[in-house]
Amino acid sequence: MPHRDLSILIVDDNRLRATIIEDGLREAGHNTVTVINSSNDTARKIVETAPDVVVIDLENPNRDRLEHFFSLSRALKKPIAMFVDRSDAAEIEAAVDAGVSAYVVDGLKKERVKPILDMAISRFNAFARLSRELEEARSALEDRKIIDHAKAILIKNRGLSEADAYALLRRTAMNQNRKIVEIAQSLITASGLLEP
Amino acid sequence: MLPEYRITAGFVPLTDSMLLIVAKEKGFAGSEGVDLTLIKESSWANIRDRVAIGHFDVAHMLAPMPIAATLGLTPLAVPVIAPMALVLGGNAVTVSTALWAKMKAAGAPDTLAAGPVGKALASVVEGTERKLRFAVVHPHSGHNYELRYWLAASGIDPDRKVEIVVLPPPLMPDALATGGIDGFCVGEPWNSIAIAAGRGRIATVKAAIWPRSPEKVLGVTEAWAVYNPDALSALLRALYLAAEWCGQPANHAEAAGLLAQSAYLDAPAELLRTALSGKLDLGGGQTEQIAEFFIPHAHAATFPAAWQALWFYSQMVRWGDVAHTPENASLAHGTFRPDLYRKALGGIAPALPTLDKPGIQTGPFFDGIAFDSQNLDHYIASQRPYA
Repeated sequence: MPHRDLSILIVDDNRLRATIIEDGLREAGHNTVTVINSSNDTARKIVETAPDVVVIDLENPNRDRLEHFFSLSRALKKPIAMFVDRSDAAEIEAAVDAGVSAYVVDGLKKERVKPILDMAISRFNAFARLSRELEEARSALEDRKIIDHAKAILIKNRGLSEADAYALLRRTAMNQNRKIVEIAQSLITASGLLEP
Repeated sequence: MLPEYRITAGFVPLTDSMLLIVAKEKGFAGSEGVDLTLIKESSWANIRDRVAIGHFDVAHMLAPMPIAATLGLTPLAVPVIAPMALVLGGNAVTVSTALWAKMKAAGAPDTLAAGPVGKALASVVEGTERKLRFAVVHPHSGHNYELRYWLAASGIDPDRKVEIVVLPPPLMPDALATGGIDGFCVGEPWNSIAIAAGRGRIATVKAAIWPRSPEKVLGVTEAWAVYNPDALSALLRALYLAAEWCGQPANHAEAAGLLAQSAYLDAPAELLRTALSGKLDLGGGQTEQIAEFFIPHAHAATFPAAWQALWFYSQMVRWGDVAHTPENASLAHGTFRPDLYRKALGGIAPALPTLDKPGIQTGPFFDGIAFDSQNLDHYIASQRPYA
């Protein structure tokens, strides 16, 4: 039996992540998807969109406000409860681990909501992985610059070759049980202090 | 010494998360064998969820939260107990500059006295066509219940004459400035932040509405407490020692510096120092030393008296959160656990409070009425006019 299209509201201040979730929902055949952030007039938007499912990121400080709003039965035609109430423990943990939570209107069948939350969880996790990789790449690039700067100082002040300068940094790091970038940073700082 | 117990605690960046921060940073946790990890959270809903699923072993909680969880009033309801209180007092009611001007004209004094200030507010409410809107941090909070008590005792029906909304504290100062709300009841540093930005005026304080009243507690699932009794006792000792340290005015400046760090409150140290000292800028150039504004240690501040839980329960009944039955009252009463507090602190607390004896154990509210936990039915019935 065909179902009425579910109205889904995504509350996320991270626009990129919200877009990723929205795309996923549309690919899964959900056409009534609204994205808002917490600076919008949230209450009005909720009343307007009359969502069946609300997906919210856990970093959002507005969770308390939204939950209170959901609990006011006069604000909405159908009361909204937390999805995880009716879910199993593993699902709850997976959602909180991923940093997402969902609320659904009372009476909505679990089988209809589970794929939505599963999708949100997997996209939240994928987004977190991407952000982490990006951060690692950025910090690797930053480290590279610091080490190059330190090498340049050694080449200039000690007359070392580039290979020897790097070997000296690496040896010092190993002896002191520290990272090469830390030794490089100390060297840059020290050299800055000694400059006239 | 290697730490014997690894404990992860969630907290919301407010002045009254102080005991956890000080226990870690000043080494009280370490000396009790506790390796304490603190995780900052952005909502009370996250605190509730992450305690329920075991991400956090313990957490900084609004005092009514364990009661609401135990009574099954919240999502993910698992029995949560409060083996320790974390502070008495600390909240204030701040109103917009425009509302304060009207309240002044209606006779509000500059003294923070809850009675006359409430009376002035009542006359403004009567004379204002639209409903004034007040914000609190959470429905199950000391803020909500003390604001409602103050309004009701001042002759203002909090459900019909005004509107009470939930708003995260960081959004309150702006909402006050733009007219989205007319006032709020919140803990520090958020009143001081709004005042420093020239956006409002402190009308009254929790200490004036109900002197020495409970505010935050340490929340723990009953299951965690049962399976980790030694770890819990060690943590309670560390927090007690932290409370002793925090209770010394000479330590306020250092404590403010610890709290100010970006991993914790991420707020100006000077502002936090004034909040800890209780010498607050009320707005409009008036600074006041408020008696017993924020009490981390004195007056048995950390003792989780069961009558405190019953008072919060009486207000949950009063405002329609839960039906009053002997079973519910008993569940609420059992949420605060002085027995665990005593067990942990028998060796170090000089004189353990006897505050959980039956009868009236606390001073009256600003309206002269005291809470008598032995006459709960009568107390609840006497508050019916606005329920």
